[in-house]
Amino acid sequence: MSQSTNPLKIVANGLLAENPTFVQCIGLCPTLAVTTSVANGVGMGIAATFVLIASNAVISMLRKMVPDEVRIPIFIVVIAGFVTVIQFLMEGFAPELNKSLGIFIPLIVVNCIILARAEAFASKNGVIASALDGVGMGLGFTVALTFLGAIREVLGSGTLLGTQVVGFDPILLVVLAPGGFIVLGCCMGAFRAIQAKLAARKGACSPAKKASGCAGCAMSASCPSAEGGKA
Amino acid sequence: MTELFLLFLSSIFVHNILLSRFLGCCPFMGVSSKSETARGMGVAVVFVIVLASLMTWLTYNFLLVPLHLEYLYTLSFILVIAALVQFVELALKKLNPTLYKSLGIFLPLITTNCAVLGVAVLNMNEGYGLAESLVNALGSSLGFLLAISLMAGIRERIESNEGIPECLRGLPMALITAGLMSIAFMGFNGIIK
Repeated sequence: MSQSTNPLKIVANGLLAENPTFVQCIGLCPTLAVTTSVANGVGMGIAATFVLIASNAVISMLRKMVPDEVRIPIFIVVIAGFVTVIQFLMEGFAPELNKSLGIFIPLIVVNCIILARAEAFASKNGVIASALDGVGMGLGFTVALTFLGAIREVLGSGTLLGTQVVGFDPILLVVLAPGGFIVLGCCMGAFRAIQAKLAARKGACSPAKKASGCAGCAMSASCPSAEGGKA
Repeated sequence: MTELFLLFLSSIFVHNILLSRFLGCCPFMGVSSKSETARGMGVAVVFVIVLASLMTWLTYNFLLVPLHLEYLYTLSFILVIAALVQFVELALKKLNPTLYKSLGIFLPLITTNCAVLGVAVLNMNEGYGLAESLVNALGSSLGFLLAISLMAGIRERIESNEGIPECLRGLPMALITAGLMSIAFMGFNGIIK
């Protein structure tokens, strides 16, 4: 993980180089489930970003007090606390969105992005850097969700943010469950192809190669048996 | 009885936890490249989900509801699940070291598997009683085992396929495969009204 202290770099890192959805491939469940429309994608992204920033900051403050053996349960309690806060906020201020995101709001607790960042970044870095990392990762997640949400909404229901945009009959399949998998798979492939092209121009080796073995595992960031892989 | 059976079937096939509810996708993608490990993960998940549903049901109905603390369900469920997983890990290490060797590395990851918390929250939202919760938990987790085993079988086959473009190899192809499987599972929609 990058240990850079330049605030801009930390934010950009989450947005591009370590984009949680397209590069690290973590936090897939909400990504697949809520991206049926742009509004849902943005809502989920903002909720997760709030939890990420707050929990990263608090965990970073606690990092010297927490014994190593029980750090994961403690991290989870901190995260669950903030998720309960966001559940209350959403119920009060955005009941519609809360309803359409449904079960995936409480499930932010077990979103691997948040625990992975707590483990890989916040427990090793200062408060401000950790909060910025939360901003970057949260933005990366939000952008990815919005992007997928836009594709699925345009193709699947022919609308964008609720207004009609295309003339053809919408492809219903795209907003149903299978569409989520297929659209994400295609986007990830495209992202990799672009990355490989950019890397080839720079003369570096293709990044698609790292997706093998333990390092390619979706959970290597938080997986104890893959310490050498990514962390 | 018929209702429980229908619930069981629908939680395996119609509302398959991976392919239609999108819960537990991380291990579904991460651990499905070999059928042996996939099966191990699936069995561990069945075990943990059923136990966790029992424990969270008890916690909710005998602790949170009497104390009017229902809003703390997220926090208490995840704590119960984390403690349970730790306990299962210890018990397995003691009782069955061979199984521990093959399942051990998955157990810490199951804590952050949204399928476990997801099934617990679903049971609560639907207002299921104890029997319904357990049936739903068993069905959902068997659905997980089924989907991840199928997926691993397919991935083992397509891994050596040279025809797939380089940028789609690995995860992207796995996602597209999952999409096709999901279409196939939609076919079960008709069996239960």
